[in-house]
Amino acid sequence: MSLIDSITAEGDAVLPPQRRGGTIKALWRDRLGRTGLLLLAIVTVAAVFGPMLFPFDPAAVGADASSILQPPSSAHWLGTDELGRDVFAQFLAGARISLVVGIMATLISTVIGAGFGIVAGFFMGAIDSILMAITDFFLVVPALPFMIALAAIFGQNLLIVILVIGLLSWPRTARIVRAQTLSLRQRQYVQRARSLGAGNVRIIRTTIAPHVGQLIVANTILVVAGCILAEATLSFIGLGDPNRISWGSSLHFAFVSGAIGRGAWWYFLPAGLGILVVVLGFTLVGHAFERISNPRLRGGA
Amino acid sequence: MSPLLRRFLFLCGSIFAIVTFNFFLFHVIPGDPIRLIARSQRLTPESVAHLRELYGLDGSLLTQYVDYLKNLLHGDLGYSYSLQEEVSAVVGRALGNTLLLLTCSTIIVVVVGVAIGVFAGSRVGKKSDSVTVVGSLVLWSLPTFWVGMLLLFTFGVWIGKLPISGITTPNAIYPNVFVYFSDVARHLILPTLTLAMVDIAFFIIITRTSLVEVSGEDYMLTARGKGLSRRTIVWRHGVRNALLPVVTASVLYVSALVAGAIQVEVVFSWPGMGLLTYNAVLARDYPVLEACFLIISVAVLVANFLSDLVYRRLDPRVGLAA
Repeated sequence: MSLIDSITAEGDAVLPPQRRGGTIKALWRDRLGRTGLLLLAIVTVAAVFGPMLFPFDPAAVGADASSILQPPSSAHWLGTDELGRDVFAQFLAGARISLVVGIMATLISTVIGAGFGIVAGFFMGAIDSILMAITDFFLVVPALPFMIALAAIFGQNLLIVILVIGLLSWPRTARIVRAQTLSLRQRQYVQRARSLGAGNVRIIRTTIAPHVGQLIVANTILVVAGCILAEATLSFIGLGDPNRISWGSSLHFAFVSGAIGRGAWWYFLPAGLGILVVVLGFTLVGHAFERISNPRLRGGA
Repeated sequence: MSPLLRRFLFLCGSIFAIVTFNFFLFHVIPGDPIRLIARSQRLTPESVAHLRELYGLDGSLLTQYVDYLKNLLHGDLGYSYSLQEEVSAVVGRALGNTLLLLTCSTIIVVVVGVAIGVFAGSRVGKKSDSVTVVGSLVLWSLPTFWVGMLLLFTFGVWIGKLPISGITTPNAIYPNVFVYFSDVARHLILPTLTLAMVDIAFFIIITRTSLVEVSGEDYMLTARGKGLSRRTIVWRHGVRNALLPVVTASVLYVSALVAGAIQVEVVFSWPGMGLLTYNAVLARDYPVLEACFLIISVAVLVANFLSDLVYRRLDPRVGLAA
């Protein structure tokens, strides 16, 4: 067992596939899980309906100097930015971009991670060694500098940002799924399916995938949190899509326009709080999910 | 093959992969880098050839690669477009500043993080434990750069007591070396605090979870049965064993630390590798960006290899099992 093995060796407890309704109910009974669900519900509503009620037009800049960096008022609930645009509308538009990028990147990461994990754990041997060497490489190489280098070279648009984050966020998923697959394939019903003449694809589809599924969901929820943070960080560094303002790029413009020095708290507080609420929401739900599906962790907060 | 040798080969393979990947990444840049540097469409063929040679962009991709490897072995990291200086000199100045920042915050994170983790882990189910856990999850969910912006606003702008930018006061004259050190120390406070605040959550949660798991072991029950004091049980028997997974987790910590340092350096204009990366991104200075990516990645790979050695030393079972 190497150092890396021991990080991700957890998740060995095999979970029975549960009905979805039961899981949500169990999450709701968990105090932190419920808080997380509520936080996510608020942000989702804001991201879906907010921009319809308060449309944000990046080109609609203020008419003159008097409209720049104005404190909150009845006309602009969260004041204006350095170009005289409404911060509240920008915040709602940013919620949408941040969530979309985070979720899309997570989908890419989950597909790669689950694929690597199942194939490596199921076939073992040389395939396993090669796939896990690649996984370990991506696990230890620092992700943020890697993302910066890729995004700086391939240009700034939403698709590139999603790809860059997704392609560098999967190794933990692969490790966890592999550990689970390795333990599953030793089980009797898998052996039986094989002796009944089922092919590899069928065995994976019918006996491995359903049991790995819940583990993947729990892990995915935590990956979303990481991907949203990664998007915010990349955009803050100035590598976001300049035409689609996310919370991260909003903070980038607040920072470079000197909003901090001018005391324009209404400009840099909302976007940061938004990131905190979403990431905390996913983290709380993810941990609650782990507690529910892994009885060994019960008894903690 | 001994596990140690395997880890070493993995390290060498990873470094080679990073070097090669780095080369191809920065030689497939969309658009002609020479046009980008010169920012002019009217270059004579002679000056284009000269620039190509200067930046190592002449010859076939293979000869470029071989030259690149040769230069790398000689410590030649290329020439910066924007700073008009050898990249190795620029990086050399930045590296020490980043190490200073990382060392200071790591000491705080490890000492305070483990202490709080033990505090919470030995009080499972009590109010103080759940407050610590929730507090850690909140800290962990904060974007590091935003924490930096908040501290910058609070202490630099609002209260106005602490320096918020750079590593020394500009144009300061230092009568002796102690005044210089205290100036650097004052500049270190906010960046270190920012970095430590987010990363500490990681150590608190890992230490706590690990201690809770250890608490269920038989030897802990034995220790309790022997009538040892609570403090002896927790620290001598519990924490000693609980710290192993904390060392393990350092693999993930190093990556998070580097990511945090880049953000903190940008916010506080700390002249290290992170700020260098940021400025290279803004100026599209590819040789500097390339060198930053290479050096940060190799440093993290080596750090992980070393922490693996420490881990094997601490837990002899690991060396035997693999």
